[in-house]
Amino acid sequence: MPGQTLFDKIWDRHVIADLGDDYALLHVSRHLMHDGGGRGLQMIKDQGYTVRNPDLTFATFDHVISTEPGRTHDTLKPHAARLYAMRDLAKAAGIKLFDLGQPGQGIVHVMGPEQGITLPGVLLVCGDSHTCTHGGLGAIAFGVGATEVIHVLATQSLVQRRPKRMRVTFDGKAAPGVTPKDLILALIGQIGAAGGTGFAVEYAGTAIRDMEVEGRLTVCNLSIELGAKIGMVAPDDKTFAFLKGRPYAPAGAQWDRAVADWRTLPSDADAAFDVEVTVDVNRIIPQITWGTSPEHVIPVTGKIPHPSSVADPDKQKALQAALDYMGLTAGTPIQETKIDWVFIGSCTNSRLSDLRDAAKIARGRKVAGHVRAWVVPGSENIKRQAEAEGLHTVFLDAGFEWREPGCSMCLAVNGDTIAPGQRSVSTSNRNFVGRQGPGGRTHLASPAMAAAAAIAGRIADVRSI
Amino acid sequence: MKPFTVLDAKAAPLMEQNVNTDIIIPIHRLRDVAQAELGPYAFEPWRYLPDGSDNPEFFLNKPAFKGAEIVVADENFACGSSREGAVWAIMGMGVRAVIAPSFGPIFFNNCFQNGVLPIQLDRADVLAIAAELEGATRPGANSEPRLAIDLESRTVTTPSGRKIEFHVDGIRRDALLKGLNEVALTLTREAEIAAHQATARKATPWLYPTGD
Repeated sequence: MPGQTLFDKIWDRHVIADLGDDYALLHVSRHLMHDGGGRGLQMIKDQGYTVRNPDLTFATFDHVISTEPGRTHDTLKPHAARLYAMRDLAKAAGIKLFDLGQPGQGIVHVMGPEQGITLPGVLLVCGDSHTCTHGGLGAIAFGVGATEVIHVLATQSLVQRRPKRMRVTFDGKAAPGVTPKDLILALIGQIGAAGGTGFAVEYAGTAIRDMEVEGRLTVCNLSIELGAKIGMVAPDDKTFAFLKGRPYAPAGAQWDRAVADWRTLPSDADAAFDVEVTVDVNRIIPQITWGTSPEHVIPVTGKIPHPSSVADPDKQKALQAALDYMGLTAGTPIQETKIDWVFIGSCTNSRLSDLRDAAKIARGRKVAGHVRAWVVPGSENIKRQAEAEGLHTVFLDAGFEWREPGCSMCLAVNGDTIAPGQRSVSTSNRNFVGRQGPGGRTHLASPAMAAAAAIAGRIADVRSI
Repeated sequence: MKPFTVLDAKAAPLMEQNVNTDIIIPIHRLRDVAQAELGPYAFEPWRYLPDGSDNPEFFLNKPAFKGAEIVVADENFACGSSREGAVWAIMGMGVRAVIAPSFGPIFFNNCFQNGVLPIQLDRADVLAIAAELEGATRPGANSEPRLAIDLESRTVTTPSGRKIEFHVDGIRRDALLKGLNEVALTLTREAEIAAHQATARKATPWLYPTGD
């Protein structure tokens, strides 16, 4: 029998019934909820269903909450009722909810791994496309729509078609200043925003094995920007060390049993993938997006591309539209681009290692006078740990604002927006038209690059700071 | 769910790649507007001019394509956010089918949950269909920008009468043809779900923190 991939091993152990045509009814071993999709609990009630396994669903608030220092449920008056309703519904259903101010509250894709709710070998879903993040621990994790959320709540299962398998091998060693964010952005630049459509992607290679778990979560987070709803990394000793002692991770004899099982999950040496892609990590330099799709990415030393650099007339049109929206001129070095905002946060880059990276650049320096810069930690625990290390004073002394955990300016649904025409360097995941507020312009980069931009007042090469 | 069998309707081309669901329905509308009322906000950033009037350049505002029930789109249509509101918004405009070379994977599933048919065709076929639709709107053309979709026979018929076959997974086709509710169907498999879970609780007990 040919070897199996990490993906297939986990998929197969969740198949309840084979439905033909590559479709299966899959058991969902973890389900996460957030206040952006919190209507699911009301909808399931309205439709007359009950929550089948409340012990396998975990909830938190992140999308529509204020991130203002000292915030409460009532800080954003129009959304307070939604939070209270979700809290009541979760309680009535027996679902654990990490509430504001409690350890565990945070961006749902930060909370799961941090609490040890996400574990190797689970099949985890959530009504949010960046659920692919959790694959960094060796899980199948993907985003679902509102109706699929109801299906999961009511049946603890989901009907899905088995995707094809792609392996991306990151070979080589990241140079100083090059982070996991740069690796995944470089891949999106290499194969395009549709390059992973229809695939479950496994990230492998020396650069992934050398990478800490938080970096792997960042890499997997951007899988959906590649068109793949699933991204994953094989679990290893780094994974186990990351999880040990976390609140919901197994303990004692169960821990040993779990680790023994997890060691069997990595793809077999002779496992076959439908597509193989290799990325030369040695050649990657810090990346920055210039346009309105994550595939509009260039090295920070580069120039804004000419639409005529591509042959396809439809692509040319898209590039010109992106230039117009972004207010940029083709041929200009991107480092000459002046900025108004810096946002360090989001499920992509708001973990402790991200904040440390940014603080290293910010320490002893000042944010440029015309720039407003925010740091929004990914969770209550990260915020407390960062404060215990004194990172918040580094940021505050440099002129950054230090805020409460939440999604904030990544998707701006809580009103954390930039004004029309303003330009932001953001550590988030989408540079879409209007993503950070109608008319706002977003450049995606790593936390260190974002901090460097804040100091320089323009897009800057972190290696020159 | 409303069954989907045949659809003979006006079709409009939107030949841009990587159209994302943030464009199809902006997040603040999804937050503040009821599901059934999202139609007027579909494609809002492109559809209106700053003064709120219709943008004449927007594909569904062009007289020839206004009221189209079929959208013909390019690569990676509706990528990005998982928001099912993207489907609800285009349904609110009257759209029942989308034809594209590839789709955002979560949007693709969300379509089936709402009786909207996403049809995946080779890009060459999609470009040819789009060209025919544009051609049908030119002065003197003796055809209309319409497509006929037959889910039973899995064919799209273009204005020139060309029939293009498409693949749709059997289980999805069945559900659309009959207008089946997936949750109700799965609930009939409760015994299988319970049996699977009992086995999983024994094999991987650490996954069940409060388990039996």
